[in-house]
Amino acid sequence: MELLAQFAAGDLEAFEVLFRQHQKEVYAWVVRIVRDSGIAEDLTVETFWRIYKSRARFRPDGNFRAWARRIATNAALDHLRGARHETELPDDLAGAPGEDPAVRSERRKQIKDAFHQLPPKYRLVATLALIEEEPYESIGEAVGISAGLVKIRVFRAVRMLRKKLSPLGVEAIAE
Amino acid sequence: MMDEENEREIKELLKQAIGPVKDSELRRDLWPQLLRKLDDQPVSVGKVPWFDWALAAILSAVLLLFPGMIPALLYHL
Repeated sequence: MELLAQFAAGDLEAFEVLFRQHQKEVYAWVVRIVRDSGIAEDLTVETFWRIYKSRARFRPDGNFRAWARRIATNAALDHLRGARHETELPDDLAGAPGEDPAVRSERRKQIKDAFHQLPPKYRLVATLALIEEEPYESIGEAVGISAGLVKIRVFRAVRMLRKKLSPLGVEAIAE
Repeated sequence: MMDEENEREIKELLKQAIGPVKDSELRRDLWPQLLRKLDDQPVSVGKVPWFDWALAAILSAVLLLFPGMIPALLYHL
């Protein structure tokens, strides 16, 4: 409490203590959204810069961790809005047994491209919910929306992906 | 139910094509980088941008010249 009050008052040493307590967690959250360690490091720095800039608005009795995560999520979303897709494909992907590696690679590329064509706010929740399997509640808290709205965005993202991937043979199970 | 199955199918495809992040550990201290950013782009807490002042000045002038607009403004607030 004392530390948070000092930080809110602009004490740089208190801010450094908070930074060291939370930088790993913020990085771990951001890297799961942007999927690039260098970008995640830059966004972690950007997050704490924004935190320091907004310190006067922070209530010392508030939850610093949740606040930091929300600012980090906004920074990551800003990045997604401005960036073209740069995610590297992992090398150890599972494919159908006996599937031609060239076909598998092309299929992966199409899935990846379809995913990166999603609007950023849908891509963010889809990444966290579908790939990272983060609970809706924690995504909602980080994005600043309800768990119900997260579920709706995931549903819409799935529908958009299904439509984009239908040439690959991914069809709706039922409409 | 069908939505859940569709979601499961897409989830499986995405996990195959992209996959969860395996290494989310920060390998270095970012404090020096943050200090550099704070030096390069100093934060100015409480500083009001010039255009906010300009807007406030214009609004005040309009209200002084046309006091009859005050109830309309209050209604829209």
